[in-house]
Amino acid sequence: MAKLTGIEIYKHLPKTNCGDCNFPTCMAFAMQVAAKKVGLEQCPHVSAEAKAALSEAQAPPMRTVTIGAGDRALKLGGETVLFRHEEKFHHPTVIAIRVRDDLPEGELTQRVEKINQLQFVRVGQLIGVNAIAVEQTTSDVNRFAQVVKVAAEKSPLALVLSSTEPQALKAALEVCAERRPLLCAATKENFTELAALAKEFKCPLAVRAATLEGLADLTQQIKSLGVEDLVLQPEISGLADGLAKLTQLRRLALEKNFRAVGYPVMVSIPESDPFLETAYAVTFVCKYAGLIILDGAERWQLLPILTVRQNIFTDPQVPNAVEAKLYKVGEPTPQSPVLVTTNFALTYFTVEGEVENSRVPAYIAVVDTGGLGVLNAYADDKLTAEAIVKAVKSYGVMDLVAHKKLVIPGLVAVLKGEIEDLGGWEVLVGPEEAAGIPAYLKNEWKA
Amino acid sequence: MPLAIPDVKKTWTNAINTVTLGATKDEGGTRTKKVTVGGATALPFHHFEGKMPYPPAIAMEVWDVAPQDWPEVLAEHFRDVWHDPGLWAKKCVEQYGADLICLRLAGCDPVRQNRGPQEAAQAVKHVLESVGVPLIIWGTGNDDKDNEIFPAVAEAASGENCLLGTITEDNYKTLVALCTAYKHKVIAESPCDVNIAKQVNILATDMGFKPEDIVIYPTSAALGYGLEYVYSVMERARLAALRGDKMLSQPMICDIGIEVWGVKEAKASEQELPEWGAQRERGPLWEATTAYVYLLAGADILVLRHPQAVASVRQAIKQLMGDGLT
Repeated sequence: MAKLTGIEIYKHLPKTNCGDCNFPTCMAFAMQVAAKKVGLEQCPHVSAEAKAALSEAQAPPMRTVTIGAGDRALKLGGETVLFRHEEKFHHPTVIAIRVRDDLPEGELTQRVEKINQLQFVRVGQLIGVNAIAVEQTTSDVNRFAQVVKVAAEKSPLALVLSSTEPQALKAALEVCAERRPLLCAATKENFTELAALAKEFKCPLAVRAATLEGLADLTQQIKSLGVEDLVLQPEISGLADGLAKLTQLRRLALEKNFRAVGYPVMVSIPESDPFLETAYAVTFVCKYAGLIILDGAERWQLLPILTVRQNIFTDPQVPNAVEAKLYKVGEPTPQSPVLVTTNFALTYFTVEGEVENSRVPAYIAVVDTGGLGVLNAYADDKLTAEAIVKAVKSYGVMDLVAHKKLVIPGLVAVLKGEIEDLGGWEVLVGPEEAAGIPAYLKNEWKA
Repeated sequence: MPLAIPDVKKTWTNAINTVTLGATKDEGGTRTKKVTVGGATALPFHHFEGKMPYPPAIAMEVWDVAPQDWPEVLAEHFRDVWHDPGLWAKKCVEQYGADLICLRLAGCDPVRQNRGPQEAAQAVKHVLESVGVPLIIWGTGNDDKDNEIFPAVAEAASGENCLLGTITEDNYKTLVALCTAYKHKVIAESPCDVNIAKQVNILATDMGFKPEDIVIYPTSAALGYGLEYVYSVMERARLAALRGDKMLSQPMICDIGIEVWGVKEAKASEQELPEWGAQRERGPLWEATTAYVYLLAGADILVLRHPQAVASVRQAIKQLMGDGLT
């Protein structure tokens, strides 16, 4: 949020110290408004102009725009920082895959279905492609609408309608407007018609120009036509040019509070080699795109792109932890092993994944280490013999198994003796790396 | 009326140090090529507001012993040469265009072959004779062992202006003294922590070592395995440097291949995990993608393994450097 000081707010108040706001002076009231303790509307005398000026200034520097509808709605923009360590990035970059309207019917359905499948589970989260961008490449208006219809019917994903022809977009909107697709894009040639479409069908509108000035000009004109849910699409010529433009747009919005570009940004990636296309994709995930469009639809290409997005949009101030409790993998029996690990999410999910791979049902006893991994937790005295024994006892897991054996991470083998003394169980030292778990459970573990 | 766009260009008070590796015959070495990194006066690839005089360099990893556990999609490119680090290095330079060779003395690791200082020095000499590019020489990470082998290693590479590593907060005296005596640069390692990165540099410079002869290793994590922590540590270090912190103004090195080729996303075959797609592409792309992200955070030297990752990272660097732009 753009922050206004008390003084700036005070300038817009009646300065009568009437007390009708329940504060003794206008200044006192202004300070409370600045601190967001009370709303401006608590002053019955503030003028409409002052309200407008203040609410404009208090609006977030970058608008949040929603595409898609219902539980598939996606938020773009609303970002507040340049660097994720300063706070966090709020709305993960929407990944859209391109579908051209010149695809033959059979391939079209196949491609849409392939895109639908681009979903993965990583560290307990579902990560996936969010949108399909139908791109007009033929001059056949009806063909474009037809392809959009197929995409809308065959896919629950959000839609981006890539065309600069008002007629084609109108035909497409008639079959999918209730999905709140992103219209892409208004240019200086077509913006009047596209703004009218965006208004009529209540859809967000992308704005395309080659320069930052061009973008700012266009958004101002479109805003004056009553359309405000805009997404900026700078034309880019290469990776360096794209990085320069997106960086400057983010700075203009956040550091200069420059309203004309205070919108989320999208990039349509112009590169078809999958490795280089991935370089573009992750560059703009890290550096400031709210939405990217790419061609690649192979699982080996999307997994790394989606993982970068998951990593970069992680909140740096929240330790990535799972609940410290007893977890079951498969249907453990009294003969199943009991493994100890930490509650650092990455550690837990890696261990869980490897236990699954081993196809040996097991209990995983997770110790609360404040979200630290095995070595860090050990160094920080969070993964101690006492902590392990206390956790394992409180879960009662040793009553669920017939044996009295506990498997601890190989990296803390040194705790073996102490746990045996405190817990009275036999302690087995597991592998140092989670990757060694399947071999360990299959070859070495014995109840 | 066109709107006037406010100027958002930043001028920083400090530049990243330049570090040149390798020494030619005239300079007391035998290198035919030198590599310079660093020198940036702005954030990575922000050509619109500052200079980035040297592109990030790519080092390819060579071992002194044949690796045992490299997955086939990686091993197949090196199996013909990995019995001989000289041939291996030559292939990396001649066939894959490596700017630098990173010789990892894995064979000296007590958990592997526990080779001694003379064998380590021999491997170093052999690689130096086989290629003309500058050398990075990476120890075992076992403090006692590194302190045992580096005296012979540093001497064997005397005058060649190599980059040796690593020093840490707990183990820096031996290697810093050796790098001073034999005129090498040093890699300062810290566990994903800006303050410790700075502290290691202070410890080394307190011994009289020049801050300009240090390269920061902020540790590297593979994509999906803590990458975001390292990314932010690197961004914070780079911002501090540009704002004037001389003890963080060193170029940064990322040791990527060793991390990536240890994780399932690169190692697992399609038979194991069909839902992740073809390993032949997935493995090298996992490595390249990890590198792409670190480039944006300020990586100046990338240590990589797979030829396809090397080729595509080189292409990305070229584009990020603004190749083809006026």
